[in-house]
Amino acid sequence: MARKNPTNPPAESKKVEELMTGTTVFNIPLPADLKALKGMSPIVIKQPYHIDYIHSYGQDSPFFAGLSNGKLLGTMCGKCKYTYATPRLACAQCGRETKWVEIPQSGRVHTFTTCYFGGEEFLKETPFHLILVEFEGVDTLFLSRLIGPVGPEDIRIGMKVKAKFRRNSQLKPTDVYFVPSE
Amino acid sequence: MVSGGVSKFAKARPDATFQKIVKESFDYAMNDVPKLKHSRIDGSVVSYFSDHFTRQLMAGIMATDYLGLCPKPNKRVEGGGATGGLCFQAGWEAVASGRMNVCVAFGFETMSHVPTWKGNEFIALASDVNFDYPVGGFYSGYYAMMVNRHMHEFGTTVEQLAMVSVKNHMNAYGNPYAQKRRKLTIADVRNSTMVAYPLTLLDICVMSDGAATCILADEETAFKLTDHPVKITGVGTGTDMMRMADRPHGEVILAPNEKKSDYRNLKYPGVHSFRAGRSAGLQAYKMAGITDPLKQLDFIELHDAYTSSEIQTYEDLALCKYGDGGKFVEAGCPFMPQIDYGMKLPMKGTLPVNPSGGLIACGHPVGATGLMQAVFAFWQIQGSIKKHYGNGELQLKKADRGLIHSHAGTGTYVTVSIMERGW
Repeated sequence: MARKNPTNPPAESKKVEELMTGTTVFNIPLPADLKALKGMSPIVIKQPYHIDYIHSYGQDSPFFAGLSNGKLLGTMCGKCKYTYATPRLACAQCGRETKWVEIPQSGRVHTFTTCYFGGEEFLKETPFHLILVEFEGVDTLFLSRLIGPVGPEDIRIGMKVKAKFRRNSQLKPTDVYFVPSE
Repeated sequence: MVSGGVSKFAKARPDATFQKIVKESFDYAMNDVPKLKHSRIDGSVVSYFSDHFTRQLMAGIMATDYLGLCPKPNKRVEGGGATGGLCFQAGWEAVASGRMNVCVAFGFETMSHVPTWKGNEFIALASDVNFDYPVGGFYSGYYAMMVNRHMHEFGTTVEQLAMVSVKNHMNAYGNPYAQKRRKLTIADVRNSTMVAYPLTLLDICVMSDGAATCILADEETAFKLTDHPVKITGVGTGTDMMRMADRPHGEVILAPNEKKSDYRNLKYPGVHSFRAGRSAGLQAYKMAGITDPLKQLDFIELHDAYTSSEIQTYEDLALCKYGDGGKFVEAGCPFMPQIDYGMKLPMKGTLPVNPSGGLIACGHPVGATGLMQAVFAFWQIQGSIKKHYGNGELQLKKADRGLIHSHAGTGTYVTVSIMERGW
């Protein structure tokens, strides 16, 4: 896996990639004297684990339908007017049920980072930028990717950004991403 | 608390299953309190964070039966990174409620069973899997976003973050249980591989295999078992919303030594501060009668999964005002008075934080971590560091009252417990 690091680590810290491949072994030699067994090296095996879940977005499903139609849907409390950029159908301030509202498609970078590593699933996408977006008139922030800038030096807090949508929806929160708009 | 034990934290322990690693810490604790007969233990509480790492559901009972604690009461406690701290408090609750006279609280994690980046994926599953994880689930990325906002809000610098790393790695030099014992400079930390801007490899704790055990007893029983028990005088537990994007931007929850006018323009907690940490701290302070933590505490073992979260936590625990965490470390306040760090530190040793080396240097076997802090704090208060570490380099002269702090998620569960000399 290619690692994109901004710094060059010293030579002594370089090492070959750890692999998850190995050799199939069908039997292990055992000493005749059982007393020797406590000095035996551990047996390490590979255990694959793959599951396909039937995962429902439940009451949050309209958010994903919104993304596939080029809309950012949040929720607003009918009573206290608290507005959530990431939907929640029960207001965390007063407990009332909230209603769906469209939130603005442009905002500002509240904070950011550039990830040079990540969870295994996302390693191939590194480096990538994560941002929390703040919107006028919305009380909470929104986590998304920022596309365009090369490194963290090209991003600043307060920078104007606007939403863009994938043409072919994947029904994931990454169906929306942001680009600089200034 | 009458005794404690910790397994030597390591990157990987292929020589042992989790049951045996737990047994090492349990045996150590039992050996240190010879008057306690196994039969006098009334029950136990067990903690481990992730079923994914263990790949064994109900692993808790398997560790419990390995210790010979069946058919006595046991339950598993879990709450992300604060799992160990919650377990410690669950053990305290069992004794404080009168349900048990002697309760064993033990925890473990075996994280070496998957490669590091798979492990990061597992940990990121402790963020909202509908809205957070798929965007690029990576805890170092979440903490990097928080510290970038902290730097923007308060002017905190990357050099101040690096000082925490230098301190904790250097402290661990005297702690044989620690996974990483290194003498570093600020430049070493900054020149290390960038993981998530501005956090480098040396700003971040590592994954570990390890276990820790605490033995808790009521006051009467405690004095029958040891001459030097440590009293738990305050407990607090705070929570916050899983998605850090959902955190409010309201008013600061004020500590007794703060006033509203200190924070006229600060929107709180936002993503720069941990409301759960402040909440947990204030509950524990109130219970223990602490109004000025900087003066009334002798040391702190806190959850430094990131150098940045150590600085944020100074503020949550009201050791300094919100925004002054960077200056607090720069002045030298959280450094050990007796150790040479190769830096000019005008206020060195005001209130040592993470004398053990913390998570950054000791390692972070999640379910064990909060209990490990309790064990290190227990030895510090007992004055028995030399006995347990094999050298007295990290023993503080005055260690009558300490604070332990365990922290989960992006600040979702935080526990604070106050421990004091009981004799």
